[in-house]
Amino acid sequence: MSGKTLTLRARLPFEDHTIDFHEAISLSGITALFGPSGSGKSTLLRIIAGLENRGNLRLIYDNTIWSDTNAGIFCPPHKRPVGMVFQDDRLFPHLSVAGNLAFADKRSPKVNNPITMDHVVKSLDLLTLLNKFPATLSGGEKQRVALGRTLLTQPKLLLLDEPLSALDIRRKAELLPFLEKIPREFGVPAIFVSHAIDEVARLADEVILLSPDGHVSTRGPVPAIFDTQEMHEFTGKFEAGTFLQATVSAQDTAFKITTLDFEGEVLRMPMVASLNIGDRIQLRIRARDVAVATSRPEGISIRNAIAAVISEIKAEEETAFAEILFKVGTQTLRARITRQAVDELGLKVGQDAFALIKSVSFDRRVMISALG
Amino acid sequence: MVDLSPLWLTIQLAGATTFFLLLLGTPLAWWLANTKSKARPMIEALTALPIVLPPTVIGFYFLILLSPTSAIGRFWVDVTGETLTFSFKGLVIASMFYSLPFMVQPLQTAFQTIGRAPMEAAATLRASPINAFFTVAVPMAKRGFLTAIVLSFTHTIGEFGVVLMVGGNIPGETKVISIAIYEHVETLRYAEAHQLAGGLMIFSFIVLLAVYTLNRRAAVHVG
Repeated sequence: MSGKTLTLRARLPFEDHTIDFHEAISLSGITALFGPSGSGKSTLLRIIAGLENRGNLRLIYDNTIWSDTNAGIFCPPHKRPVGMVFQDDRLFPHLSVAGNLAFADKRSPKVNNPITMDHVVKSLDLLTLLNKFPATLSGGEKQRVALGRTLLTQPKLLLLDEPLSALDIRRKAELLPFLEKIPREFGVPAIFVSHAIDEVARLADEVILLSPDGHVSTRGPVPAIFDTQEMHEFTGKFEAGTFLQATVSAQDTAFKITTLDFEGEVLRMPMVASLNIGDRIQLRIRARDVAVATSRPEGISIRNAIAAVISEIKAEEETAFAEILFKVGTQTLRARITRQAVDELGLKVGQDAFALIKSVSFDRRVMISALG
Repeated sequence: MVDLSPLWLTIQLAGATTFFLLLLGTPLAWWLANTKSKARPMIEALTALPIVLPPTVIGFYFLILLSPTSAIGRFWVDVTGETLTFSFKGLVIASMFYSLPFMVQPLQTAFQTIGRAPMEAAATLRASPINAFFTVAVPMAKRGFLTAIVLSFTHTIGEFGVVLMVGGNIPGETKVISIAIYEHVETLRYAEAHQLAGGLMIFSFIVLLAVYTLNRRAAVHVG
């Protein structure tokens, strides 16, 4: 872990509001700039890359000034050691995949190049694509090439501008593992812009949440940030959930089920082969995927019934719903059920109950292995 | 046998005009494609002027502009000892203006189609603006360049009015193919006129055919 930071202060008019941003971003791991469309997060990324130079900016990369409007300093984009992956792949159509990679490789600084062509080609699985032209590639393949091309500039900082947003769900699932491993494998810190919570939860170490009017609403590490009021306001109650920590206790290869120990209770989920018994893992469970029972149910397909104590009941008077908070050991579980159900079941704070979680509701994509 | 020197002179004129137009028209087209300046419509209108003006109008003003009585013409005479009017060099200058839209417009369209995105990508890949222009914009605008070069060349070959006004009819200096054909017809030497006119028609057709064929092939890679 280096203590280096990128400090950006930006004040500029953007659409119908003013972006006002002043944050220091750690140059290690992946930081997500997260917020609704139109909050200006892509513009902030473009400012860091040097592709935008308007308003009043002051951008300092580890003691080097890249932009300072007041002092009249502006380092042009081609002199900044950053690599950018755009929403659209922006591969050069007149060059083959190998040509696109060579374009970046040729222009990288000639000394101290830790990232090699071989490593990039192998890591991003590009070998079979090298002789093809961009027009013949799928969206996911194009973004893999774009990511590889960017790495070959030997960037000190990767800027990822919603690299998944132009892809369909299947292509997205293909590309995500690459995005997840690349910054860590090549030791390059990254700033990732997204408006999709699942991508952020999976990729980011830290989240800076932007409000629709261009201000920083809150920031913090994953997963704690997902439990903040600001995040709930943004993601909406529908997406709200909690993060749980559990330990892998068994792998059933016949039924393809991974069993977890969660505060002494048993949780089952579709098997994740890469896990080992004893691993501490993190899960995100959405409140809408949790149901409530007053006694342990029999004859039901839901496999996970967790004995828990109701710690809080938040009725939303303006909607049909109520949120139930459970205490399970030291951890919290959240359920979203109708107010009518709360009433008919006679749920009370302090009452023992069962939280029912559908196995399938475990989101494999937001599992972050190797906690701490 | 027909005198082929007008043909050779025509190719020299078209070649020189196209070459210098490429040097002048490329930065102009790039500027027009990228600028947010308020002067843009003005420059665009000026560039398009030769399309609508009768060549005699262009020829008339160039005759005045280049003659030794004007500042430019006088300067040229002082420096080189030659006049620009009724000379090959004067023809090149007038032809450049006459063919300017045929160089600038295809290039401007090609540059606008490419847009800023590939240039931004090139910048983040550490290419300087000049380097990005030659390694990204130029290859991506390949078809635009081909069209611009061929149109400028063939359009210069076809000019008549401008040449007649500025250059007259001096064998080996300003007597280009269109003038030679006119002269043959005037003097009722139809056989010679046929040879030059038919030859020019076949040549122009072959060049255009080659361009359209190449453009179709290029489409596979460049999209």
